[in-house]
Amino acid sequence: MSEYKGILVFSEQRDGDIHPISFELLGKAREIADKKKCEVYSVLLGYQMREKAKELIYFGADKVFLYDHPLLKEFDVINYKQNMVNLIREEKPEIVLIGATPLGRSLAPRIAAALKTGLTADCIDLQLDENGELIQVRPAFTGNLIAHIKTSTRPVMTTVRYKVFKARERDLTRKGDIVEKEVEIVEDVGVRVVRKESVEVVNISDAEIIVSGGRGLKKPEDLKILEELANLLGGVVGASRPLVDEGWISKDHQVGFSGNIVRPKLYLACGISGSPQHLAGMRDSEIIVAINIDPSAPIFNVADYGIVGDLYEIIPKLIEKLKNRKRGVKG
Amino acid sequence: MKDFHVVVLIKPSPDIEKVKFDTVRGVVDRSSAPLEINPFDLNALEAAAQIKEKLGGEITAISMAPPMAEPVLKDAIARGADRAILLTDKRFAGADTLATSYTLASAIKKLGKFDLIICGEKTVDGDTAQVGPEVAEHLGIPHVAYVSRIEGVSKERLLVVSDMGVPYLMELRLPGLITVTKDVNKPRLPTLRDKLKARKTKIEVWTADDLADVADVNRFGFSGSPTRVVKAFVLTEKKRKGVIFKGEDAVDKLIEVLEREGILR
Ligand SMILES: Cc1cc2nc3c(=O)[nH]c(=O)nc-3n(C[C@H](O)[C@H](O)[C@H](O)COP(=O)(O)OP(=O)(O)OC[C@H]3O[C@@H](n4cnc5c(N)ncnc54)[C@H](O)[C@@H]3O)c2cc1C
Repeated sequence: MSEYKGILVFSEQRDGDIHPISFELLGKAREIADKKKCEVYSVLLGYQMREKAKELIYFGADKVFLYDHPLLKEFDVINYKQNMVNLIREEKPEIVLIGATPLGRSLAPRIAAALKTGLTADCIDLQLDENGELIQVRPAFTGNLIAHIKTSTRPVMTTVRYKVFKARERDLTRKGDIVEKEVEIVEDVGVRVVRKESVEVVNISDAEIIVSGGRGLKKPEDLKILEELANLLGGVVGASRPLVDEGWISKDHQVGFSGNIVRPKLYLACGISGSPQHLAGMRDSEIIVAINIDPSAPIFNVADYGIVGDLYEIIPKLIEKLKNRKRGVKG
Repeated sequence: MKDFHVVVLIKPSPDIEKVKFDTVRGVVDRSSAPLEINPFDLNALEAAAQIKEKLGGEITAISMAPPMAEPVLKDAIARGADRAILLTDKRFAGADTLATSYTLASAIKKLGKFDLIICGEKTVDGDTAQVGPEVAEHLGIPHVAYVSRIEGVSKERLLVVSDMGVPYLMELRLPGLITVTKDVNKPRLPTLRDKLKARKTKIEVWTADDLADVADVNRFGFSGSPTRVVKAFVLTEKKRKGVIFKGEDAVDKLIEVLEREGILR
């Protein structure tokens, strides 16, 4: 077991851009590695990404393993898995961290199964116990329970939720090696991307301000007032699940257990009751504001600020006052 | 021509809205809510039923669970499965996702025939989303996760939209596995006739011994599980300010705090 050393961070890229979760993971990996006195490695699979690989060093990696091949440009679960498995067998990292993005959560289980090692999903914290073993902290039961998990096999594999750790400052003076690895390509993997669907999607997990609507809205057109409010605040519109299931708004706007997990600066919930499934997607927002006609709605239990009342009176008033404020008119 | 065979993997899980948590011991009171089909697996069953309407063939539901989960598999029959297999044995207990997926994959091997395996995206209790892709790896078949739409099906391949933050149209060669999200369909409710059929259908029970010829029994259950829960507790909500504004100037007060919090500049 002790032959396993170091922390390996999987760097997710899409269209040649590194996903910010990769930098967050490097930040946390650096912190753990400094305590354990080991190295931080990063692995990047893609095409013509040598320049971008340097970023991983600036953000905390000591060594970057680069897999460069045209067939790795797009996510290919089989070829990504195969090369990750090869790397882990060769380098024997003690810990492997992967972002709990849809890509990470599709890829990591295949790697873990191939290596017959333990994998913990969607962690919201990582700690070390007194023996330097990794404790993986994750929610279960739709967010109602928090579990601490240890892994007896090596490597310890973990997927980590977006935005729970902070990336370090980009440090252009950091030095590290970029090691180009030989790529193994499995031909005819049985799954291929036909095309990326050309629809506009909001990236709600990246939004700093979210104005969300729920079943307190009476008809689809009423989402327009939330949109107007969101625009005034410089944010985007979110929604509870029923609005998405009814087809009022597309699912990229959905917040919650079966939608998106968000951590904005401001989450403004309008006509949302605060079901466990909704809370699972937004409880870690910095500031939560609720507008609801029912003073006993559970959403108020997680709200920093709330207004009890009819959203059809409150929101237009809020919009008007914000407009006046912008124009420099008082009141 | 050979029959098209779909396997649906089902997790019996408690109704999250009814289940009670023991705050002191940090455990789930499993007796507080009956088991039901994990909601995302309802979408998996519906997807299988719709595919069968097009291609014919047979649907087998497989579940690894304690004996008390039998009614859940009856429900799976009512919702379109032709056959249901309950993998139940003390030796399966205490399984994490690696052991669970290995056991399920072994049962599928034992079954011997499958063209397509469908799983729900994740479960409401475990919430790992790992079992589907792990099963695919154990069986050495390709998979597509987070399928939100099935565009086309034939006996050789599937055309699906996978929701990876942005939607991708993907082609999956069969045999293969998909995990589906709640957006893939609206599960139908079983009719009275479906329920009658379910009542008459016998649930097959397989134990660890039944899988011994295709699997390494040491990889089942607790002994095959590298991850351990060392501590668990019921989530306590972060302390929030909980300031409620009332009356005529509620909106003004809200604007004031948003200014103070640096949201409004
Ligand atoms: C497996 C599973 C996954 C799920 N995933 C999600 C998920 O990801 N996201 C999600 O949101 N839900 C999810 N749900 C659904 C969840 O259980 C709730 O049904 C849903 O969150 C309720 O949405 P809501 O708060 O908009 O509606 P309701 O619960 O109906 O609440 C509407 C609220 O609006 C208030 N209201 C009504 N009129 C007004 C008015 N004029 N002014 C102000 N307030 C008003 C009411 O007081 C009420 O509190 C999931 C459920 C399951 C089983």
